[in-house]
Amino acid sequence: MNYNWDWNVFFKSTGIGKEIYLDWFISGLGWTIAVALAGWIIALALGSVLGVMRTLPNKWAARIATTYVELFRNVPLLVQLFIWYFLVPDLLPERAQIWFKQDLSPATSAYLSVVVCLGLFTAARVCEQVRTGIQALPKGQNYAAMAMGFQQAQVYRYVLLPQAFRIIIPPLTSEFLNIFKNSSVASLIGLMELLAQTKQTAEFSANLFEAFTLATVIYFVLNMSLMKFMGWVETRLRVPGMMGGAK
Amino acid sequence: MSAMITLKNVSKWYGDFQVLTDCSTAVEKGEVVVVCGPSGSGKSTLIKTVNALEPFQKGEIIVDGMSVGDPKTDLPKLRARIGMVFQNFELFPHLSITENLTIAQERVLGRSKDEARQKGLHYLDRVGLKAHAAKFPGQLSGGQQQRVAIARALSMDPIAMLFDEPTSALDPEMVNEVLDVMVELAHEGMTMMCVTHEMGFARKVANRVIFMDKGAIVEDCAKEEFFGDIKARSERAQHFLSKILQH
Repeated sequence: MNYNWDWNVFFKSTGIGKEIYLDWFISGLGWTIAVALAGWIIALALGSVLGVMRTLPNKWAARIATTYVELFRNVPLLVQLFIWYFLVPDLLPERAQIWFKQDLSPATSAYLSVVVCLGLFTAARVCEQVRTGIQALPKGQNYAAMAMGFQQAQVYRYVLLPQAFRIIIPPLTSEFLNIFKNSSVASLIGLMELLAQTKQTAEFSANLFEAFTLATVIYFVLNMSLMKFMGWVETRLRVPGMMGGAK
Repeated sequence: MSAMITLKNVSKWYGDFQVLTDCSTAVEKGEVVVVCGPSGSGKSTLIKTVNALEPFQKGEIIVDGMSVGDPKTDLPKLRARIGMVFQNFELFPHLSITENLTIAQERVLGRSKDEARQKGLHYLDRVGLKAHAAKFPGQLSGGQQQRVAIARALSMDPIAMLFDEPTSALDPEMVNEVLDVMVELAHEGMTMMCVTHEMGFARKVANRVIFMDKGAIVEDCAKEEFFGDIKARSERAQHFLSKILQH
């Protein structure tokens, strides 16, 4: 391949104000992180509630959570995003519509849509992990906690969930990385996150290879750091004598 | 005076399969009752109906004047007053020994941290494990864990104790350290219902022995009578005893 690599491109002016291309990448990374973290908070909170619901003796609670999971897991992420961004706002009451479409900046309304979309989508996956984490515990733990007089909520709060979350840290880590990677769908509704900035740089500068190489490196380093972070969390929470923790 | 624990015609089904058939018995205050029988005879299920860990469909169970099957009964409150020890110990592996002893005292009985700690350590000392207060369950042997589990139940100041095969998951050399604690408890006048195959224990401290087979109570008589004239026992009980008393 005969291609003239030009790594200096990132320090060249974009022709818009004083910005250089690198500024675009930094701003894009900022949006990517903002989308993923906000989405993750929703996913973790809602996913935990749904995961618990799936293990409750109450059939209706379990059914509702199961339906949620099937719905959000079986529709493509991109379809869900378009629904949240293009369809759902039209179903809102008139005042909310005006607020969403006119009062908010385009970036903010796109941001809200993608955060809700990723949060709810990922919640379905977190739910399944929380459920398996709880179900992996010996049934006797539930019995023992109940026998001591704990209310059902206390059984989960003090006995089941602290153990279940420790068990599912590894799969939860990969879900945490997924939400960062999935956040790239936001580029398709005009949110200028990392992928959108990469495409824009490629088009403006015509340095397609450099732009996508840098994006690849940024995604890779970001996710490696997150993985290291979660590894650190796992070590911090390790209990002696439990699940291979040193005695 | 009415008995501490009374069972009247308790029957239970899993779907079409009947696991308990018309079980009636009573445990007086200060009495030690041993429940034995072949595996699958319903012993563990029966003892779990006493504190409503297992629901039953027919009959009545009264514990200290409270009806277990009555939907109006505050089950967590009732359970908090009955100590229970399980086959697999069921200490909470993510909590230290001290936390295992104090968590329900604080969260269920509303005791202060200091009071709970003092009480917990008192009983830990009584089962001879004070030196292990800061360890985690996974760092103790099976026998030690089961002694902690007994101390945990006693810390709640129970009016009666239920034992569900407390020594059957232990290495043979650890059985006695647990039985010693139970014998001591019996001598102090604790009301106890014990599912166990330890006939030596039954001979030493039981007031009565119940023999179950196929979900029904086949024998329910004083210890002297049960072990005295084997020939007077039911055929099924004779067969069972001949198998376990042989060695």
